[in-house]
Amino acid sequence: MNAQPITHRDRVWRVIATPGIAWLVALFVVPFYAVACVAFGRIDPIFRSAAPEWNPLAWDATTAVGVLGDISNGPLRGVLLRTVVFVVVAVLISFIIGYPVAYYLARHAGRRRTLLLALVVLPFWVSYLMRMLAWVNLLQPDGFGSRALRLIGLDRVWLDGSATTVVLGLVYGYVPFLILPLYATLERIDWRLVDAARDLGASSRQAFWRVTLPLSKPGIAAGALLLALPMLGDYYTNDLLSRSPNTEMLGNQIDFFLNAGTQPQRGATLVLVLALMLAVGASWYVRSVVRQVAEATR
Amino acid sequence: MNLRQTIRHAAADRVAAHRRPRVLPVLMWAYVVWSLVPVAIAVLFSFNDGRSRTVWQGFSLRWWTGDPNASLLHDESLRTATINSLVLAALTIIITLPLGTALAVGTYRWRSRGSTSANSLVTAPVITPELVVGASLLLVFTHLYAMIPLGLPAQLLGHITFNLSAVVVTIRARLAMIGGSYEEAARDLGASRMQAVRFVLLPLLQPAIVASVVIVFATSIDDFVISSFLSTGAASETVPVRIYGAVRSASSPSLNALATLLVLISITALFLGIVALWAIRRRQGENVSLRTVLAEVTQADA
Repeated sequence: MNAQPITHRDRVWRVIATPGIAWLVALFVVPFYAVACVAFGRIDPIFRSAAPEWNPLAWDATTAVGVLGDISNGPLRGVLLRTVVFVVVAVLISFIIGYPVAYYLARHAGRRRTLLLALVVLPFWVSYLMRMLAWVNLLQPDGFGSRALRLIGLDRVWLDGSATTVVLGLVYGYVPFLILPLYATLERIDWRLVDAARDLGASSRQAFWRVTLPLSKPGIAAGALLLALPMLGDYYTNDLLSRSPNTEMLGNQIDFFLNAGTQPQRGATLVLVLALMLAVGASWYVRSVVRQVAEATR
Repeated sequence: MNLRQTIRHAAADRVAAHRRPRVLPVLMWAYVVWSLVPVAIAVLFSFNDGRSRTVWQGFSLRWWTGDPNASLLHDESLRTATINSLVLAALTIIITLPLGTALAVGTYRWRSRGSTSANSLVTAPVITPELVVGASLLLVFTHLYAMIPLGLPAQLLGHITFNLSAVVVTIRARLAMIGGSYEEAARDLGASRMQAVRFVLLPLLQPAIVASVVIVFATSIDDFVISSFLSTGAASETVPVRIYGAVRSASSPSLNALATLLVLISITALFLGIVALWAIRRRQGENVSLRTVLAEVTQADA
């Protein structure tokens, strides 16, 4: 068998992979190309619907340039800025909540670990929409949540246009996605290194900042990415908890232009903008992983 | 300070270092309460006797079965949404599993020219947000693949597409664990390459296949974005799309009942998956307890 040329052995596996590859080309790559064709295409003068331009040589960048102008100093600038600020703040809050939880699970949970892990994993099996529905009910003016908050002096309207509610909604929705990769990294840490730091005279705080935290970097990077990517493309959290132009994010604009509005070209251009932001985030992640691997093997 | 004292001090320091944390367990349990209690309250309100979703008016099954028009059992649109979700999830599993397993085995073994781009193609959907996938599918179905109507057919293709990579990741993790030696042994004993795959590799992959079924089912049944972008209105509404549409408009606790049913279905699927995993491993000669499998599944999730 080993005498067979490697290319021959390879062909079998390539054939086995072909249907799946073809599927992804037809339903992942081509649709993405269609987005570009709509964004750089024209609008049908009669039906006001999109007339995509399939030939890239004939692409018309008028709409795209207009959208970029709106982003640099127009109505979309606020939306894009808000999207970034909301996501950054939500990711930071998620770390403040998620890191101690993951740390406790990995280091101190002991015999209760399976039970606690099951409880932490449980939200994954509860529909996202159900979890938002729960908060919509709690935060109605006469809901349990609003009433409890009123008791501690926070009397205000929580739904309909509160940035705080939207950011905390994002945190609530996505924080489990952070805890699991963090836990996976922290669980693999060799805690003898921390003990060694303590034995050599580091205070527990120093040991955490100079040993534990640097060792958990891969989990932090993976968690930040796993959190930021879906948050950037989220529009339903915002819709359910606020539905106000004051808290609108990039995703809401895309949803509006493609699903409700008559400007699919603008929607398609914004999808490209979003994809570009994601590509930057993903390549930063890949680079940081490569660097860590290089450092670890040096 | 003599040696004995030094040692005693060092020992005291070690004890101090390992003293059980006080704040962390509080944070841990506070998190569990915060993440689960709101959902529990929403479940509770599906049993509310009144029309309110915020003020408790006593226990009843009115919104599940009692009310002749608006209960989950009798409201036509809620029933349609439930059936749509289940049909979509079932069809998605039937197509995604063989497609994804073949793709995983193929790309895992394929090492020559083209394999790098194949691998990036397989990984890309994992990190692409659903909004981008949903929007691009909507545009391609309306402009290029016009023969595929929006509604269930388009939703099905969409669900398969974004679940495919999850299956590949799950199966490939198992392939890495299995290694190549079992297949090589089968080949040395005279099996053809396909026989080795069929009689050695696939049985070894069974746990990962069961895990994939559960993951695909849960992802499909919970999906909102793709179902919503590719739906055509009431006839192709799934449960999450229905919840989204009705959350803010004044409605009754039957919506809570619908959402609760969805949770029950996912958790039942998870439980059945764990039992199936346990049964497979027992049959393959491992003497594991259900408890061990449960612990392993939650660990593997992480």
